[in-house]
Amino acid sequence: MIGIVLKITLVLLAIAMLGFIYRLVKGPTTPDRIVALDAMGVILVSITAVLSMILGTSNFLDVILLIGILAFIGTVAYAKFLEKGEIIEYDRDQ
Amino acid sequence: MTVISDVFIAFLLLVGAFFSLIAAFGVIRFPDVYTRNHAASKSATLGVMCILLATFLYFLVEDGFFSSRLLLGIAFFFITAPVAGHLISRAAYNSGVKMWDKSVRDDLKDKK
Repeated sequence: MIGIVLKITLVLLAIAMLGFIYRLVKGPTTPDRIVALDAMGVILVSITAVLSMILGTSNFLDVILLIGILAFIGTVAYAKFLEKGEIIEYDRDQ
Repeated sequence: MTVISDVFIAFLLLVGAFFSLIAAFGVIRFPDVYTRNHAASKSATLGVMCILLATFLYFLVEDGFFSSRLLLGIAFFFITAPVAGHLISRAAYNSGVKMWDKSVRDDLKDKK
């Protein structure tokens, strides 16, 4: 039973990913695209978790944490770039 | 025992997929970036937390493997996803993205 449920979940997550890709391509402003990319990272974590259950291995569980951290860092960097125009600022007394 | 845990894991998986799909439809259909961000940051976070909890229970029941990395991942998403949504929304407001033309209130406009 749980194998069928896993496959259904994978298909639903793929449809959700297609929705985010639609917003990533069409989005009128840059923050729309950042929202779509951030949510795509989250969906990618879900897909990795479901795929590790289908394959029956626990070796991919590090990848989940890694994608989460990288998506968060990327989102923060892009938000700071939009707000201040640079990501790492210079010191004031330089 | 395994039937009960199977049903519970399947329920958590379907709930997670359902919330991810809700987030995708919200991102497609909502009118401006703030409402889209609202849909994406809340629903996608709840969906991924449900799916990671299902994965944790699956490996605990099937293999007897207690994965602390998954618990850490759940806690990490619970902390960082709202922060990321807040940062995107604030950057969008400060870089001058217009709100939906039917929205009636802008409390942040008077603060500047």
